Amino acid sequence: MTSGTNSTVDLEAPEPGTGASTIGRNPWQPNRQHIPVLATLTLLAFMYGLGVVNYEGFGDIQVVLNVFVDNAFLLVVAVGMTFVILTGGIDLSVGAVVALTTTLGATLLNAGWPAYVVLPLLLLLGTTLGVSMGAVIHYFKVEPFIATLAGMFLARGIALLINRNSIPIDNDFWVSVAQQRVRFDKGVFISSSVIVALAVVLVAALVLAWTRFGRVVYAIGGNADSALLMGLPVARTRIAVYGISGFCASLGGVLYSFYTLSGYSLHANGLELDAIAAVVIGGVLLAGGSGYLFGTVLGVLVLGLIQTIITFEGTLSSWWTRIVVGVLLFAFIVLQRVVTGKRAVRRTD
Amino acid sequence: MSRYARHHLFWPLAVLVLLLVLNLFFANNFFRITVIDGHLYGSIIDIARRAAPLILVGVGMTLVIATGGIDLSVGSVMAVSGALACLMIGDLSDQNSLVGVLGAIAVALLLCLGLGVWNGFLVSVIGIQPIVATLILMVAGRGLAQLITGGQILNVQSSPYRQIGAGYFLAIPVSVIIAVLVALALTQLVRRTALGLLLEAVGGSPAASRLAGIQARGLTWLVYVIAAVCAGVAGLIYSSNVNSADSNAAGNLIELDAILAVVIGGTALTGGRFSLGGTVLGAVLIETLNVTIVSVGIPPEANLLFKAVVVVVLCLAQSQAFRERVLTRRTTRRKAKEAVA
Repeated sequence: MTSGTNSTVDLEAPEPGTGASTIGRNPWQPNRQHIPVLATLTLLAFMYGLGVVNYEGFGDIQVVLNVFVDNAFLLVVAVGMTFVILTGGIDLSVGAVVALTTTLGATLLNAGWPAYVVLPLLLLLGTTLGVSMGAVIHYFKVEPFIATLAGMFLARGIALLINRNSIPIDNDFWVSVAQQRVRFDKGVFISSSVIVALAVVLVAALVLAWTRFGRVVYAIGGNADSALLMGLPVARTRIAVYGISGFCASLGGVLYSFYTLSGYSLHANGLELDAIAAVVIGGVLLAGGSGYLFGTVLGVLVLGLIQTIITFEGTLSSWWTRIVVGVLLFAFIVLQRVVTGKRAVRRTD
Repeated sequence: MSRYARHHLFWPLAVLVLLLVLNLFFANNFFRITVIDGHLYGSIIDIARRAAPLILVGVGMTLVIATGGIDLSVGSVMAVSGALACLMIGDLSDQNSLVGVLGAIAVALLLCLGLGVWNGFLVSVIGIQPIVATLILMVAGRGLAQLITGGQILNVQSSPYRQIGAGYFLAIPVSVIIAVLVALALTQLVRRTALGLLLEAVGGSPAASRLAGIQARGLTWLVYVIAAVCAGVAGLIYSSNVNSADSNAAGNLIELDAILAVVIGGTALTGGRFSLGGTVLGAVLIETLNVTIVSVGIPPEANLLFKAVVVVVLCLAQSQAFRERVLTRRTTRRKAKEAVA
């Protein structure tokens, strides 16, 4: 056991006050909390290096930017999922909410509703669904797993009921935003969705790191009962977290409809698992209370880079993606387990 | 009446009866069972046949949930099991050879056993949260199944293999017999021996049960193996029924239906108390709901919507907090009245 944690008393150490060496940790030794994120960062760099060495054209800046372009919606959804998982919960409904958002959006736009009405309506819908699930989870003590499962059935069911076919979107606003590119150089660009996604990440990171709300989120994940006894607003925060996840899911749905310019009730099948995987790979503890949003961003990039490598390889089939993601999940969970030590054991018990 | 209403199977049974009564009015000859070629036919038989894989997966899931865990990988295990069995049968020189088919089934189930050992190892030895530990196999398992089938849908033409999912024995569908036998065997195992009690002890508190001398680790490991093998059998039934291994469709989202069946059956997701009979009832209820929606004339797209409503209603009915918050005023008033009287 190193003296990384504050609670550990090093018996070999000199008396407190006689030497500062035991109080401050070795500046060259990373904070244990940061190890999972650093591991993900190392992996990302390693994967990128592997790609650059093995494939011609992999080093283009546009390849990296395309990872963002193709995964902007996943990034937004994963941000919401991070909030929920930090409180120790889980949200299985996000994929279905994305599908519902695209289907409803496409239907309303085709019915002639103006975009400035449809867009807020979609975001409001996702947020409302999230808040209701949060309320059921908190007040009626229904397991998050089951409550959000019901939300998943509900959202996917409504989407199927609205239209079971794929609906193309030809609304002027939607098309123009979807085709909007921010160009840096000749052939180097990002889509407008990337800007939205990065803005969401930035705001969420600031909220988590600097606000009272963010601290309560971590506190609930650490121990909800203690948080309650400390007088923190557990009810409000927990419900808000599911609301944020619902909002992010519907925003992710809007970005997805920009990406595909279509609405389909079977869009984003299994997206919730991708989001959970990204969060876990990013080093957020599924038991809650520990992790960083930056890790989630890295997790999404890892997933995106796996896809890119498989595309560049050409001969590798798509199912290798699943297997590689599974192996990575395993590696990161074991790493977390090693890093966090006994804590995880107590939580599983 | 109130004594029966408190039984954990009261509400699921009430919903099931309600659904059946609905069918009595809306569906023609719903309860009629006919015999064609010595096989039983009818809506009820159909529900039982469709519920068979869900019952198998559900009873395995119940034992896992009894220990306070959860197994998300069952759908992927189903896909792997069907894929391997179909691959091996496809490689046989004579696809109708009984020995070859039995060998393929044995190897497929053995692989599922291995997958269960893997899940159990992650949960009980390494100490990973069950939902995360089984998420790994859930994601990777379907890839594994696709790897086995080479990304194709493998078709087989094997009459012995066909028997598992579509065959009849003494006029009863073989799949139903398998599901009922497995459910009965597990029920006997957990109720006639101390196993059920030990599982509940582990689910109640692994630490306390370990201090009481219960081999919590081994028991936890065991339930994941049982769940994976049950899912493997369900995968065989599914792939035999459609004569092919479809890695994407086999067992897709069945883990959620199975968890739903377990919860409907009155097993608490927190572990420590379980009911295998309740899970079987839950699985039958889910399939009856699917059939009823069609027979009442509601478009099948609404299926998920009704499932959502059933989940919400049942969970709220079973939630202590909901009863306290919403129904408290009535009970306190009644208590006050009783106190006065």
